[in-house]
Amino acid sequence: MDKETKKVLFEPLVDNNPITLQVLGVCSALAVTSQMSTSLIMALALTSVTACSSAAISAVRQHTPSSIRIIVQMIIIASLVIVVDQLLKAFAFDVSKKLSVFVGLIITNCIVMGRAEAYAMKNPPLQSFIDGIGNGAGYSLILILVALVRETLGSGKLLGIEILPLVKDGGWYVPNGLMLLPPSAFFVIGLIIWAFRTWKPKQVEHNEFKIMAIAHGEGGHH
Amino acid sequence: MDAYIALFVKAVFIENLALSFFLGMCTFLAVSKKISTAMGLGVAVMVVQTLTVPANNFIYQTLLKEDALSWLGITGVDLSFLSLLSCIGMIAAIVQILEMFLDKFVPALYNALGIFLPLITVNCAILAGSLFMIERDYNFGESVVYGIGSGFGWALAITLMAGVREKLKYSDVPAALQGLGITFITAGLMSLGFMAFSGIQL
Repeated sequence: MDKETKKVLFEPLVDNNPITLQVLGVCSALAVTSQMSTSLIMALALTSVTACSSAAISAVRQHTPSSIRIIVQMIIIASLVIVVDQLLKAFAFDVSKKLSVFVGLIITNCIVMGRAEAYAMKNPPLQSFIDGIGNGAGYSLILILVALVRETLGSGKLLGIEILPLVKDGGWYVPNGLMLLPPSAFFVIGLIIWAFRTWKPKQVEHNEFKIMAIAHGEGGHH
Repeated sequence: MDAYIALFVKAVFIENLALSFFLGMCTFLAVSKKISTAMGLGVAVMVVQTLTVPANNFIYQTLLKEDALSWLGITGVDLSFLSLLSCIGMIAAIVQILEMFLDKFVPALYNALGIFLPLITVNCAILAGSLFMIERDYNFGESVVYGIGSGFGWALAITLMAGVREKLKYSDVPAALQGLGITFITAGLMSLGFMAFSGIQL
């Protein structure tokens, strides 16, 4: 594997993560993560759609006039999502019911569009495919981390296997119901961002204003 | 009538698209720094949602649904797998038409909303509104109410968020939590607040 491929594949994992740094594709990261099984399927679905759509869009990039490129991209992405949706309905019906509209929402997932626009329109198909896989993996990483925290702490189980024995089954762990509720996803992602940025201080956002020290008896407000 | 009011309240508060389904989060987090811009985007989402949900409902009920083509004498055809493609196409088309219409006839409104309109095509709250409408099989009247309600709920949520973030400027946030991190946690607390509505039975 040459250096460029490596960079394209691994950079989106931490250094340029689509969720924590580029703020793309947040919606589904929040909504499907209360269980590990749904998150895994979602991660797989998104990664395959991103990779295939990037490759397809890149393959037709020289024949697409820039004025209609958004429509072309939309149609390619929507067709791929329909394929994924039908496959899920055929082979994993329970999960597809749980994911409900979120499979369809891969169409408007900004990661897919963002990669098509930012990378696939300028690079050859194979590279774009790898870039799609890389970004899909960055997204999957966050999804899996969040689901890990939420499912373990929320129901004491992971993929149906008991991790923390619950009190009601004679164990010691009192499940934290908050973790299964929607708001906890926000908190968990917020904390993950905090951890990532403490680890990689380069990603810290700087405010355009600063809070002044009140030592001079003034300032603080402006 | 009661049913419609209940549906509206449910769409605005109990099933708020932004805070209980996390839809349209990318724009929700990116465009909520100032109240005025947030409100502009909110209104634009509401307008588009009010137009697209009923339009998609019409297409779904008359063309795509199982046996929907019976008015043409064709039975046993189920085209509902095409609904994803038709929904997103419809949304893109309506946004485009709205943009041209406003530019030509209501320039003042165009200047206020114009910059947000292209953002809206890829706002998942809009697509999700249509997909929820299909999943719950609303009729045309319900879809109008649901469109207005869900758009209003989203607008309300982003305006509130912008209000909180404007005040947040004065707080001393840890460096690594600055910006996106603290915004997520704020949104979490707001979502917790909106969960208070979930006990309401309608």
